[in-house]
Amino acid sequence: MPFVSALTQKSSYDVIVVGSGAAGGQSAYALCMDGAKVLMLEAGRKYDPTVETPMFQTPDAAPLAGAGTPEKPFGFYDATVDGGWEVPGEPYARASETDAGRFEWWRARMLGGRTNHWGRISLRNGPYDFKPRSRDGLGLDWPIGYSDLAPYYDKVELLIGVYGTNEGLENTPNSSAGCLLPPPKPLVSDLLVAQRAKRLGIPVIPGHRAVLTQPLDFAGSPARLHPGNATAQKILAEDMRKRSACIWATPCGRGCSIRANYQSTTVHLPPALASGNLDIRTDAMVYEVSVGRDGRASGVSFVDRTTGKHQHVTARAVILAASACESVRILLNSRSASFPNGLANSSGKLGRYLMDTVGSSLGGQIPLLESLPPLNEDAADGHQLYVPWWLYQEQHAGKLGFARGYHIEFGGGRRMPGLGTGAGMEWLTGGSYGLKFKQDVRRYYGSFVNFDGRGEMIPNEQSFCEIDPDVKDKWGIPVLRFHWGWSEHERRQAAHMQKTFADIITAMGGRTNGAPQADGAKAIAPGGSIIHEVGGAVMGANSKTSVTNQWCQTWDVGNLFVTDGAVFASNADKNPTLTIMALAWRAADHILERMRRREL
Amino acid sequence: MDRRTTIQWMLAASAVWSFPEARGAQAGPANPARGYGTDPKLLKAYRRGDFWPLTLSAQQRRLAGVLADIIIPADAHSPSASAVGVVEFIDEWISAPYPLHLKDRTIVLNGFNWLDAEGARRFGKGFSDLDDSGRHGICDAICNESQAAAEHRGAARFFAVYRDLTAGGFYSTPVGRKDLNFIGNVPLVRFDGPPPALLKRLGLS
Repeated sequence: MPFVSALTQKSSYDVIVVGSGAAGGQSAYALCMDGAKVLMLEAGRKYDPTVETPMFQTPDAAPLAGAGTPEKPFGFYDATVDGGWEVPGEPYARASETDAGRFEWWRARMLGGRTNHWGRISLRNGPYDFKPRSRDGLGLDWPIGYSDLAPYYDKVELLIGVYGTNEGLENTPNSSAGCLLPPPKPLVSDLLVAQRAKRLGIPVIPGHRAVLTQPLDFAGSPARLHPGNATAQKILAEDMRKRSACIWATPCGRGCSIRANYQSTTVHLPPALASGNLDIRTDAMVYEVSVGRDGRASGVSFVDRTTGKHQHVTARAVILAASACESVRILLNSRSASFPNGLANSSGKLGRYLMDTVGSSLGGQIPLLESLPPLNEDAADGHQLYVPWWLYQEQHAGKLGFARGYHIEFGGGRRMPGLGTGAGMEWLTGGSYGLKFKQDVRRYYGSFVNFDGRGEMIPNEQSFCEIDPDVKDKWGIPVLRFHWGWSEHERRQAAHMQKTFADIITAMGGRTNGAPQADGAKAIAPGGSIIHEVGGAVMGANSKTSVTNQWCQTWDVGNLFVTDGAVFASNADKNPTLTIMALAWRAADHILERMRRREL
Repeated sequence: MDRRTTIQWMLAASAVWSFPEARGAQAGPANPARGYGTDPKLLKAYRRGDFWPLTLSAQQRRLAGVLADIIIPADAHSPSASAVGVVEFIDEWISAPYPLHLKDRTIVLNGFNWLDAEGARRFGKGFSDLDDSGRHGICDAICNESQAAAEHRGAARFFAVYRDLTAGGFYSTPVGRKDLNFIGNVPLVRFDGPPPALLKRLGLS
């Protein structure tokens, strides 16, 4: 009885996991495979990618040729349902509406959360990324180092399937032998970027993405992941066998019905459910962690979104994995006489040090790529290659004027034509129409390359969230109010991205679409728009200055854990999802160990 | 386009010619339709008008088709824009209830008015009734936004938007994909990457 209702749900569990995305999925998987009884509470609806994913649908069959709208921000066929920067009935507040002070909060109210649509880019943090303050005096150190998390990066890569290579570059860690799948072949445009960027001293190496370029090692990996646990090995081997390798078609952001990429719903939840240890309650909007007289978390309260009824459920331990800001919101709303400022907030740091990724983009048109013969360039849906940050030494020597790095994601190729094809080409065509326009579209199709910088933001005092004193959502739950500000480090980094992109485009013999933006404040995407928000319940070595310890365990409440991005003490340029999963698995192992010792 | 330009352009258009059937443009976005919601069925094949009613009049549809086919006419490789449903696509687009689409609705309907007004000013006829040279004479004045004369800036913005919509409507169809020799969106057992001969020719081996 894995999907439960108010009638079929048990009265108590070993662990309640709030959220079903990367953190919730990984937490529940690790706990259930080792025998813990888990109730997962998801605010959104049940969602099954194997029967709901529009795999080969073409834009002509979609309203507005599949264009994004406020109701489907990344396009009609994007996997996200009931989500976006605006969710009906679930407002949030902002202290500022200016470009520099605005924060936009993406949510995905559905089983699997935002893992259903994400980019699948799976980069490890490196050794520097855990000790940034020790290295340059800015931001916060983590209470763990790379070596603490490395075994869990290995495990996550083996479980979910990540392609890539080991290049041995600075602060860009290698995986253990056998962890990575082979990378996909690059496109023509990828190879041209690589050739020309290298002339500028910029390295271009295979990307790391959670896409199965070949079937998983169902014979070997289960024993490596669950040593001594024959039941878990059997369940996982069976499930790995059911995941197909990539068929080199259809955008990953729609989800994958053949389970060839990572989604919590296709990778973490099926084996966890097969263990018989996981119950999932969807449409369950958690708003409060309850605390007993012993000062320990007794359970959580939630609203059933389909009936509006409030319910309370108990467990030995509670894991919040609702996404960084939602987990913070639940804690801030869990006020009581003992915890007047919100639960687990004795440090006063709850909601503080909210971070996103620094984002900036520039595109170019490359004559060498014009009028190529017909090629199928769907490939792995992007990120065949990427540029890791390469100026560590120059930066550390203070030569760049900003303290942290960025990586570059880029893409080109003869992708499926659609709404943007032939659009905005006046700068190339001089405004052609008619037969000339048709010829121009044929000529330029596939000759564009776009560059996206993804950079580290240093946590600061003006970027945080708190409970708005007035606004409530449609269930009466107080909402978050966001405060946001960049520092000169981020603005200069964004300007540096623009110059680098223009240099590469020029080195490719191309033209930039518009001049590179030299003003970092204009080059930088608004806070929250890259959807890498982390922080708000940062982990640390000191209970006075952080919310959790190195095990994602809150300092104040011993059986309360936060395993999503909220615990990040820094936000390296590396996309956060892989690190979220590694941290969640490590925390789950810690919880299991303490349960065995009867400490929980 | 700044507000002053918009006002001048609208005044110019309405002073020369008036169209009973294009009142929607002046009336603004009074479309009561709802969107497709945050959880539409994704596996269904939709037709234009399934979610919200199409709103162009017969006369506007005619003009929409004439202009779309000026932008994408038939040639030896593929048919014209209107032959693959671009008019219905544009009707769906400017009838949609979302902020971007409401904005484009105003631009497009004002643009239609302007074209007819300009046709009347130059030749005493609506745009659809002009011959090819008359139509092209007008389009040539507005097809390049950055080069357009000051009094044509608003119309040039409209033309740029309309050309983007026409192209989007055309190239998102099977005919458009074939026109560009798109051969993806099919399952492959292996992905071998680009052929070595091509990479050699491009100096990328």
